[in-house]
Amino acid sequence: MTRQMTGAQMVVEALREQGVDTVFGYPGGAVLPIYDEIFQQNHIRHILVRHEQGAVHAAEGYARATGKPGVVLVTSGPGATNAVTGLTDALMDSIPIVVLTGQVPTFMIGSDAFQEADTVGITRPCTKMNWLVKETDALADTLHQAFHICTSGRPGPVLVDIPKDVQFATGAYVGKPQAKVSHYQPRVKGDPEIITALVEAMEKAERPVFYTGGGVINSGPRASQLLRELVGATGFPITSTLMGLGSYPASGDNWLGMLGMHGLYEANLAMHGCDLMINIGARFDDRITGRIADFSPNSLKAHVDIDPSSINKVIHADFPIIGDVGHVLEDMLRIWKARGRKTNSAALKKWWSNIEEWRAVKCLSYKSDTTTIKPQYALERLEALTKGHDRYICTEVGQHQMWAAQYLGFEDPNRWMTSGGLGTMGYGTPASIGVQVAHPDALVINVAGEASWLMNMQEMGTAMQYRLPVKQFIMNNERLGMVRQWQELLHGERYSHSWSESLPDFVKLADAFGCKGILCKDPADLDDAIMEMLNYDGPVIFDCLVTKHENCFPMIPSGKAHNEMLLGEADTRNAIGAGGGVLV
Amino acid sequence: MSPLNLEQGASSHSAYDLRSHMSDVIETHTLAVLVANEAGVLARVIGLFSGRGYNIESLTVAEVDHEGHLSRITIVTSGTPQVIQQIKAQLDRMVPVHEVHDLTVEGPAVSRELALFKVQGKGDARVEALRIAEIFRANVVDSTLQSFVFEITGQPEKIDAFADLMRPLGLIEVARTGVAAISRGK
Repeated sequence: MTRQMTGAQMVVEALREQGVDTVFGYPGGAVLPIYDEIFQQNHIRHILVRHEQGAVHAAEGYARATGKPGVVLVTSGPGATNAVTGLTDALMDSIPIVVLTGQVPTFMIGSDAFQEADTVGITRPCTKMNWLVKETDALADTLHQAFHICTSGRPGPVLVDIPKDVQFATGAYVGKPQAKVSHYQPRVKGDPEIITALVEAMEKAERPVFYTGGGVINSGPRASQLLRELVGATGFPITSTLMGLGSYPASGDNWLGMLGMHGLYEANLAMHGCDLMINIGARFDDRITGRIADFSPNSLKAHVDIDPSSINKVIHADFPIIGDVGHVLEDMLRIWKARGRKTNSAALKKWWSNIEEWRAVKCLSYKSDTTTIKPQYALERLEALTKGHDRYICTEVGQHQMWAAQYLGFEDPNRWMTSGGLGTMGYGTPASIGVQVAHPDALVINVAGEASWLMNMQEMGTAMQYRLPVKQFIMNNERLGMVRQWQELLHGERYSHSWSESLPDFVKLADAFGCKGILCKDPADLDDAIMEMLNYDGPVIFDCLVTKHENCFPMIPSGKAHNEMLLGEADTRNAIGAGGGVLV
Repeated sequence: MSPLNLEQGASSHSAYDLRSHMSDVIETHTLAVLVANEAGVLARVIGLFSGRGYNIESLTVAEVDHEGHLSRITIVTSGTPQVIQQIKAQLDRMVPVHEVHDLTVEGPAVSRELALFKVQGKGDARVEALRIAEIFRANVVDSTLQSFVFEITGQPEKIDAFADLMRPLGLIEVARTGVAAISRGK
């Protein structure tokens, strides 16, 4: 039996059936019927953001902290175009979100109507799939498809564009169980023959390394559990991309730290020197590989990825395994155990002693300072004082993001929200709001730089309105730190437009929003100031004045190989050739 | 210990060797892509090619299964073997794409293109155009005292050859459909 209802009612009903409890959005003319329905129900909580970009990043934060799709509701035209950055961000980082946009009525489409934009046209390259729904009868089915597609296979953002007349008109509602079965059913089981061949290689490997990524986290908590079991049982070292932090605990014995452009010395050299690289749910991003021709020259490479197009895209895979990380890890463990739990223990011991030598370099050490707060020190103290808390960390983009990845330890998946692929400044504040909405009692900190933070600071209004006690930990160097670092290393220290002039007084800004502002500039006061932030029951804007010209190390300059890392200032002279300069 | 001291002699499987094995040879492939016949699918496929910098030499599309709402896109594209592989994987993972077939590698295939040629001329040139059209088995589908419209089908090379011969005889306009292709046998 089908139920008749309006399109607007269908939206609310479909969201309810899909288990959605929260929608991030901003109203406008073309979505008023849906907002009217939201007003008249209590199943779904609507969080009013201050800018549509904020809605999408908040939904991303919510999705990453819960594993459930994040939902966004915005209006046509500017509402939709403001969502584009968030959509692209979610596409690059494979985050499941459903964005609902209003559209001008079907009979006005194409007439350059007020607040009309070709939303499906504009968002086609930045969504996994999108739809313009022209008939109310097709709306419910499309919404159920949208949820199926954004969460199946490699997750990603989807968008449903709903003209206003479709929202008003009455049609037949299709329930979730009755929705059409999509032909889109990505394969989740890996090829057992290749998995067995990989296990054989693991048994013999002299210098193996696990290289894991966001795919482990996207696969769900079970995948992280299986990964820990596999790493523990084999004794292989493990490193992770920025996206994968937390799937293996930072306190784990086999943890090498993050790899890549600002990864740890031991992690990058293990990647360079290994003879078997087991890539689980990572995609050989350019921040990871450095110069392709010299990337891990002597290794066999296994690549587990649910997206067939990731395999052999950048790096040739000797063991290409298409499947879901959780399923593949389960099979790997089962086969490895069944074959007698063998490893090449003598060679492994030698490999670990190499790694210990690299660890002894202590690549994260920095010159301490008693007068100015070093950004590394600020994060070390933040780490020490928040350890044991039920903690979620978001970041903006830049040096502070890399330092956070280096100096904060992540023990569990879904605890680290950062814009990896797209590198979106302004991501962290709204993301922290999405995380706090999902986990109202947890400690949610946005580690930020002052420049990134200003990009979406309007969302402090959202934090105040919904009493979300997000802590904005701004490491303020009055510079676009990463841009400045590249200008120093690549552009003859000509610091073109990379300083933050005319900054606001962040404490007064906090006052203006009605939240707490804290200013800290003396390393001696830092612990007390951080404690004050943690003990305050409400949003805090923490202005932490840090060293102005600090560079982020280690660093693999663009176009260099893993073993050409710069460890500190002394290494930087003429370190980057003209070839590297043209790369990003 | 320096990682550079690690013994050389990369296995033939490693990424290091891949570089030298990477072929620079540009191959031309014909792909048959079965897609859901819904709004925006063609734009999505074309957007993939332009967004990722792949070549399209020819593209045709039409509904082939009305009941199943399926359209068939035939794409002739060129690139190194690695790029062709990527194109197929990228197409295959698109939500509205049901099947991707590389007709160039899956066995013998027939490809055909239809073209219309308008040739203007008088006297000997006009007679010569008609004679050549007969050799190419082109049909005259429109005729005036000063012009012919020829219809020709065949492989793109045949149509190219026909165009070369018609050009000095007064060829003034060409319309080509692009390639449609299908595998031979069962």
